[in-house]
Amino acid sequence: METIQTDIAIIGAGGAGLRAAIAVAEADPSLSIALISKVYPMRSHTVAAEGGAAAVARENDSLEYHFHDTVSGGDWLTDQDAVDLFVNTIPTELTRLEHWGCPWSREWDGKVAVRPFGGMKIKRTWFAADKTGFHLLHTLFQTSLKYPSIQRFDEFYSTDLLVADGRCHGVTAIEMRTGKMHAFQSKGVIICSGGGGRIFPFTTNGGIKTGDGMAMAYRVGVPLKDMEFVQYHPTGLPITGILLTEGCRGEGGYLINKDGYRYLQDYGLGPSTQEPRLKAMELGPRDRLSQAFWHEQRKGRTVKTPYGDMVYLDMRHLGEKKIDERLPFIRDLAKSYINVDPVTDPVPVRPVIHYMMGGIHTDINAATPIKGLWAAGECACVSINGANRLGSNSLGELLVFGAIAGRQAAAYARSEGREAKGDVARDRAAAANARVAEIFRRSGGKERAADLRTSMARALEEGAGIYREEESLKTCCSRISELRERYASIEIEDKSSIFNTDLIYTLELGAMLDIAETVVYGALLRTESRGAHQRLDYERRDDVNFLKHTVAYHNGSAPPRIDYLPVIITKSQPAERVYGEAAGGSVEQ
Amino acid sequence: MSEVRTITMEVLRYRPERDSDPVLQSYRVPCPQEWVVLDALDYIKNNIDSSLSYRWSCHMAVCGSCGMMVNGEPMLACKTFLREMGDTVRVEPLLNFPIERDLVVVIDDFLEKLKSLKPYIIRKTEKPVEEGTYLQTKAQLKRFKQYTLCINCLLCYAACPQYALNTDFIGPSALALAHRYNLDSRDEGYAMRQEMVASHEGVWECSFVGACSEVCPKHVDPASAVQQMKITSTKDYFLRLLGGKR
Amino acid sequence: MSRKPYIRPVPKTSWYRKHDRYKRYIIREVTCIFIGIYTAILSFGLLNLSEGQESFDLFMATLRTPGALVFHLFALAFAFYHSATWFNVTPQAMPLMKGDDFVSGSLIIRVHYAAWAAVSLVILFSVIVVGA
Repeated sequence: METIQTDIAIIGAGGAGLRAAIAVAEADPSLSIALISKVYPMRSHTVAAEGGAAAVARENDSLEYHFHDTVSGGDWLTDQDAVDLFVNTIPTELTRLEHWGCPWSREWDGKVAVRPFGGMKIKRTWFAADKTGFHLLHTLFQTSLKYPSIQRFDEFYSTDLLVADGRCHGVTAIEMRTGKMHAFQSKGVIICSGGGGRIFPFTTNGGIKTGDGMAMAYRVGVPLKDMEFVQYHPTGLPITGILLTEGCRGEGGYLINKDGYRYLQDYGLGPSTQEPRLKAMELGPRDRLSQAFWHEQRKGRTVKTPYGDMVYLDMRHLGEKKIDERLPFIRDLAKSYINVDPVTDPVPVRPVIHYMMGGIHTDINAATPIKGLWAAGECACVSINGANRLGSNSLGELLVFGAIAGRQAAAYARSEGREAKGDVARDRAAAANARVAEIFRRSGGKERAADLRTSMARALEEGAGIYREEESLKTCCSRISELRERYASIEIEDKSSIFNTDLIYTLELGAMLDIAETVVYGALLRTESRGAHQRLDYERRDDVNFLKHTVAYHNGSAPPRIDYLPVIITKSQPAERVYGEAAGGSVEQ
Repeated sequence: MSEVRTITMEVLRYRPERDSDPVLQSYRVPCPQEWVVLDALDYIKNNIDSSLSYRWSCHMAVCGSCGMMVNGEPMLACKTFLREMGDTVRVEPLLNFPIERDLVVVIDDFLEKLKSLKPYIIRKTEKPVEEGTYLQTKAQLKRFKQYTLCINCLLCYAACPQYALNTDFIGPSALALAHRYNLDSRDEGYAMRQEMVASHEGVWECSFVGACSEVCPKHVDPASAVQQMKITSTKDYFLRLLGGKR
Repeated sequence: MSRKPYIRPVPKTSWYRKHDRYKRYIIREVTCIFIGIYTAILSFGLLNLSEGQESFDLFMATLRTPGALVFHLFALAFAFYHSATWFNVTPQAMPLMKGDDFVSGSLIIRVHYAAWAAVSLVILFSVIVVGA
C-alpha cells in the first residue's frame, strides 16, 4: 500500500468536487489538495445536467421569491437557514462561473439570459443552451488546471474513510490502472461523490452514480438524511431513460396524453393556457408532474408502446428556429435515440429516476457530524431540497456548498494541531485494505454481482416507485436485506490487478445495497405523503408527526437504525403548496 | 419488444498479465434493434464474460468515456447503433493511444497537452465578482461557442494520422480548446498560449487531413480551429518581421 | 503484476491505405507534384525566352509534343481538383461573421469560385488581346 500525505482530500471531481478544490486553492495556495475521482473529471455526471441553474438576476425577482419557491417546492422539509444562505450566495457563484468562461446564453443586450423552470414564480434559470451541466463542468475542470496545488488522482476508486476518535484522517482508494491501494492521509476530507440513482433500473443517471461516497460516510457512522425522497423527472426518453430537460417545458413545450389532451389541468395545475404560465401546467414542480403521469396511466390515458406506457412532450409549436437555438441537444438526442424529431413530432416520454434529495447529513457549513469531514453536492443533504428539489437548484447547490466545504476545510486544515495522525490512519487503512482484499480474493462464492444488481434495481422499482404502500415497501425491505446477505458470497471472476472493473462494479454494488436499504426503510417508516414520497395508504402530509428529517444510521448487517431530526423553520410556516391559476403569472412579466 | 438478431461481437482483448499482444475474442450477442454498441458490451460483461473492461457512464453521448474503434472507425459506443451494422461487429480500443487493458486506453498524454495550453480565462486584471457579469453579445458568443462543445472523447486523436506518426503533436481537441479561449471576448491570454500553439508540435504539425472534423461526434470541427490558428500565427510572424506587435 | 501498456505499431509508409479519407488526402497532396512540375516548366520557358527567339521557339515546339500535351492536361485536371478541395475548406479556415451569425459556408465557397473564374477570364482576355 502506498501512502500519500495531503492537506485536503476531495472524493469526486464533478461540479462540487472541482468547486471545492478551487475554493481550497484560492483560500490558501500552500495547502496541498488531492482530488480523487473514479473517473476523469470531465466524465463526472454533472456533465449530463441540461436545463440550467437558478439565481436571482432580474429587477422584478427577489431573493425572497427564490427562497419561497424552494421551500414550498420542497414541501417544507427544507432547512430554511440553508435555503436562505443558498439563495443569497448563488448569484455570486454563477457570476464567478461567468468570469471563468462559462458560455452562458445571452440576451440581445449581452446580459446573461434566463428561462423559466418548474415551480418558479419569476424566471431565473441561467442556462448555456441545453448543456448547462456540461459547460459548467468543463469550465470548472479547465479552470482547475491553473491551480498548481490541485493534484488530481484520476481513476482512483475510494473505498473507506479513515475515521478514529470522531475525526476523519483520510481515505483509501484503489488506483484502477495498477490495482494498488493508496492511503491518503489528510487533515480534512470532502465528499463530493454524487448520488446513487443507479439503484433503480430506469434512470437518467450515468453508470457511475452508485452512491459510493454516501455509503462510505454511512459506514463510519455519519447518518444519511431523508433518503426516501427520490425524484422522478417527468420527461425521460423511453428505453434509455435519457433526460429531456425541463427547459423543453420552460421554452413552452406541452405534455399531452394519448388523446392529445394537456392532462395536467386535471391535477390542480390548470388552467391550460396556450402561453406558458409560471408555476402552472407544465411549469409545475417535478413531483406533481410525475404523479400526474401515474394517475393518467391508471385511467388508461397514456400511450402503449413496446417500451412501456408513455405520454407525449409536444414541442412542435416552438418551431425549428427556437428549438435549434435553445434546445439543440434535445433535438439531437430525440432524433438519434428514438428517431423522433421534436420539430415535426411529439416525443414519447415517461417519468424517470433523476435525483436523490437525501444524502450525507451535513449542517449549513457542509460539515458532517465527524470532525474533518464535509460533504457537498448530490451526495449531501444540507438540506435545501427537502421533499422535492426544484429544477435548476442542483447545479447551484453544488457550487454554493462545494465552495463552502472547500473554504471550511481549508480553515480547519490551517488551524492549529491539525497534523494528520499517521499511526491511526495507517491502522484504518490496513483494515480497509484487508476488507477489499477479502472481497477480491474470495473463492467458492456462488453469487454474481450483475445478477444481484438487477434484482436490487427491480426490487426498488416495484417497491419504492412514484407511489408506495406498506405491503410493497415491506417486501422491498426484505428483498434488499436478502441481497445484502447474498452479497457476502459474491465471487469476483476477474483476478487481474489492472483496470479490474469486475472488482469496481462489485464494490459499487456494496455501496448501492447499503444506500438502497436506507431509502426503503426511510420510506416504510414515513407514514405520510410529502413531495416525492407518496404513500397510497397515507395520502396526506402529516406535519404533526412528520415535519422532520429522517436520519438512517448504519447498523452492521442489520437494517439501518432510523431516527429523526427537527426541520429548521425560520420564516415560512408550512402551508398548502399552491400551483396553477392562483400561483403563477405570465412568463414574460 | 422488437425483433432480436444475434450478432457476433469481435472484441480486441488485451490482458497485460497474460497476453503479450492483443487478441480478438468473439461473443455471440442477441441484440434488440434499439441497442447501441455499448449495450452489447454491457450484455457481454453481465452475462458472458465479467472480465471485459471498458469505460462508460452517461449513455447519452456527453461524458466522452466510451470512445472506441467500431469496424475501424472511431465512434462513441453509446451512440453507435447496431441495427446499422452487419452481423459481425469489430470493437477495438481507440487507435493511437497505448492500450492499458482491453478497450481501456491511456490518455495521460492528452491531459498534459491540454493543461500546457492554459485552457482557462486569462485576464490582465481580474474583474471583481461584485461588479457582475461581463457583457457578451450573441455574436461574440457565437464566435467561439462551437469550440466549447468538445467532450474530450478523443475520437479526433484516433483519426489523426499526424498524431499517429508523431505523438508529440498537440493534436486536434486540445488545440481547438486553446482556440476557444483565444476567441472568447472575455479572454486576454492569446499571447500566453501562442508559445505552445505556434511551436513545432503545435498547429504546424497539422497538414489538414481533416479526419478529426469528420469523426467529431459534436461537430466541433477542430480542423477549422487549427487552420484559423495557422493564419493568426502567420500574421503574427509577418507583423513581428515588420517590427510591429499583434 | 505491474502495468504493461501496449503500443500498437504504426506503419510509417503505408498508413494511408487504411482508410479512404487518408487516401483522398494523399491524392490531394500528390496533385501538388504536378502543379510543381508545371511551375518548373513555366519557369524554364521564361528562362528560354530570356535567351532569345530561337531557344524560345524550341521550347514552344517541345510543348506541342503529345507527351507534353498529355502532361498539361493532367496538370490542368489536378490543378482544378486541388483548387476545388482548397475552396471547399475555406469556410473552415476563414469563417466570416456578419451581424450575429456566420456568413454561410457555401457563399464563401461560391465567392472563391467566382473570383477564380473572373481572374481566369481576365487572363484569357488579355492573352487574346495581346495575342492579336
